[in-house]
Amino acid sequence: MAEPATATQAAAPAVALLKDELDIVIPTIRNLDFLEMWRPFFQPYHLIIVQDGDPSKTIKVPEGFDYELYNRNDINRILGPKSSCISFKDSACRCFGYMVSKKKYIFTIDDDCFVAKDPSGKAINALEQHIKNLLSPSTPFFFNTLYDPFREGADFVRGYPFSLREGVPTAASHGLWLNIPDYDAPTQLVKPLERNTRYVDAVLTIPKGTLFPMCGMNLAFNRELIGPAMYFGLMGDGQPIGRYDDMWAGWCTKVICDHLGLGVKTGLPYIFHSKASNPFVNLRKEYKGIYWQEEIIPFFQQAVLPKDCTTVPKCYIELAKQVKEKLSKVDPYFDKLADAMVTWIEAWDELNPIGPVPNGKAA
Amino acid sequence: MSLSIKDDEIDIVIGALRPDLTSFMNEWRTIFSRFHLIIVKDPDLKEELKIPEGLNLDVYKKPDIDRVVGTSTSTIFSGYSCRYFGYLVSRKKYIISVDDDCYPAKDNKGILVDAVAQHITNLTTPATPFFFNTLYDPFTEGADFVRGYPFSLRSGVQCALSCGLWLNLADYDAPTQALKPEERNSRYVDAVLTVPARTLMPISGINIAFNREVIGPALLPSLRLGGEGKFRWETMEDIWSGMCVKVVCDHLGLGVKTGMPYVWRNDRGDAIASLRKEWEGVKLMEEVVPFFQSVRLSREATTTEDCVAEVANVVKEQLGSKDPMFARAAKAMVDWVKLWKSVGSSTSSPGA
Repeated sequence: MAEPATATQAAAPAVALLKDELDIVIPTIRNLDFLEMWRPFFQPYHLIIVQDGDPSKTIKVPEGFDYELYNRNDINRILGPKSSCISFKDSACRCFGYMVSKKKYIFTIDDDCFVAKDPSGKAINALEQHIKNLLSPSTPFFFNTLYDPFREGADFVRGYPFSLREGVPTAASHGLWLNIPDYDAPTQLVKPLERNTRYVDAVLTIPKGTLFPMCGMNLAFNRELIGPAMYFGLMGDGQPIGRYDDMWAGWCTKVICDHLGLGVKTGLPYIFHSKASNPFVNLRKEYKGIYWQEEIIPFFQQAVLPKDCTTVPKCYIELAKQVKEKLSKVDPYFDKLADAMVTWIEAWDELNPIGPVPNGKAA
Repeated sequence: MSLSIKDDEIDIVIGALRPDLTSFMNEWRTIFSRFHLIIVKDPDLKEELKIPEGLNLDVYKKPDIDRVVGTSTSTIFSGYSCRYFGYLVSRKKYIISVDDDCYPAKDNKGILVDAVAQHITNLTTPATPFFFNTLYDPFTEGADFVRGYPFSLRSGVQCALSCGLWLNLADYDAPTQALKPEERNSRYVDAVLTVPARTLMPISGINIAFNREVIGPALLPSLRLGGEGKFRWETMEDIWSGMCVKVVCDHLGLGVKTGMPYVWRNDRGDAIASLRKEWEGVKLMEEVVPFFQSVRLSREATTTEDCVAEVANVVKEQLGSKDPMFARAAKAMVDWVKLWKSVGSSTSSPGA
């Protein structure tokens, strides 16, 4: 896959699935030129732009898109003191978009991700594939060797118990990247020229009890099922760590999904990741994370949520408690993070009161 | 092919359930010709085997099996289980085993897949069962561990088992294939991945490879359906064996990979006719899966043989009373370990 699909190759689908039920959340500090290429696939949908960095800068949104845009001033105004849980000068601020959305589904994508081509040369409608992933069940309790059994041309293999073939609801769909792979800084430094050219034609459910590194570049989820778990943590300005926002959300999300019997899929769709970030900058951001993840991952692997945690917010508050108890000794940062996790849930509840909510734009 | 593996460390074991292996051998010749082959003839097969010339092979038939294990024991090698005899008598480090109705497949670029080379690559590069890598096998060319993958887990563990897949006739059960009689698998997924620790899956015996020195005794003929037949739709022996192997690997800290290589599996048999026989196996899986998911082996079980013996014990205690088939399977497992110790060459201590 040497290049991304060009705009003219991408053809709009006949039916835009979930047009009124899905928001596309995009964090940006630069510009949104990349949307031009995605236009045939994205135009039917509502966008939530979360502008990071200098709020006095104007972000130009290409003509014809229906959107709401929030900068730091808006975030502070809407959340008041609770805005402390939203990162500044880091794409982690995107989770504000999840909180403020009123839709059932979210698709989030980075502004340096273009439309990829499949091996036949056809432009990939990543959003459509994510929707298919979310609307079909997951199978976390037993691994199907032919991958997603609900895909066209596949099924459950011999030996797969029939009682498990209904699957469970899919909470999240984790897509992948051609061209610049999502490597950490040390790997980038060692292999600066490595490009991902392998198109793996599979979607699979990540088994229950297995954690994974969730990348936020090309991600979709059912906000009603798992939204409150998708907090992207405290990163960027004033924080000792960066580039672990999506990781953190992924570990929390997977533990909660496993507890509640929800599924997480990974694999297709691919996007074309065009920009390699500076590995030295990345190293400075990730440095602490590389050490801390050695403690964080066993923590999540061993985390047990009590039976009475039957909703996502309850699970999340419980996780925050355990983070404070068990990870504070690694670094005081985790104490702050645990508090921020609670603040996040409080803010989520405020913006998303239980009961019917009108479909509306930001105040 | 890894340069450090010598061709004489590999045995290719083929269970012959059909007499005429001419086209099978000829199709695989370019890939198999460097290696030693062990052909085991299904003891129930009456016709003479037809095998073309020019390959380095040993053929074992009923009289040979009787001679090695005794006439009463040789019945355990009936049908698809005949290949286990090949595993038993092999003295090589790696075994690759494909069903006799499978042929070399072509990849997405139309190039013939060297299934042996891919299996060996899988077995000789580390597995990563403790954390999922979203770019699949990090040791393959052009891939690596992704951001967020803990560095302490990047050296991986030894891979004991490599499970390949099938184009054309996929390994579906009879009800599934009967419901979709025209469905053929045409999707070539260019990936190998490690099956995470404590995750179980149906391990098909159609296209597998393993490190015999490390995990040999755990691949075993034990669960035999009452109506077991000569089509894969009519068996569960490999699925049962595979569950044991995965539990043992998880306990010993060994890896299991799945994905490439693909083989092309020929159309054979009638799913609807097999339905009658296989409903038995389908029902059994409802018990078998939760059972294996709950099995925990003791700290004292440090060798593969010990692990298998322990699993056999738990099968006897927890499943034996539910169906005599399980009680027989448990006994067969215990007998197998004894047989392996007396006839098979010993396993080394599994390395981390």
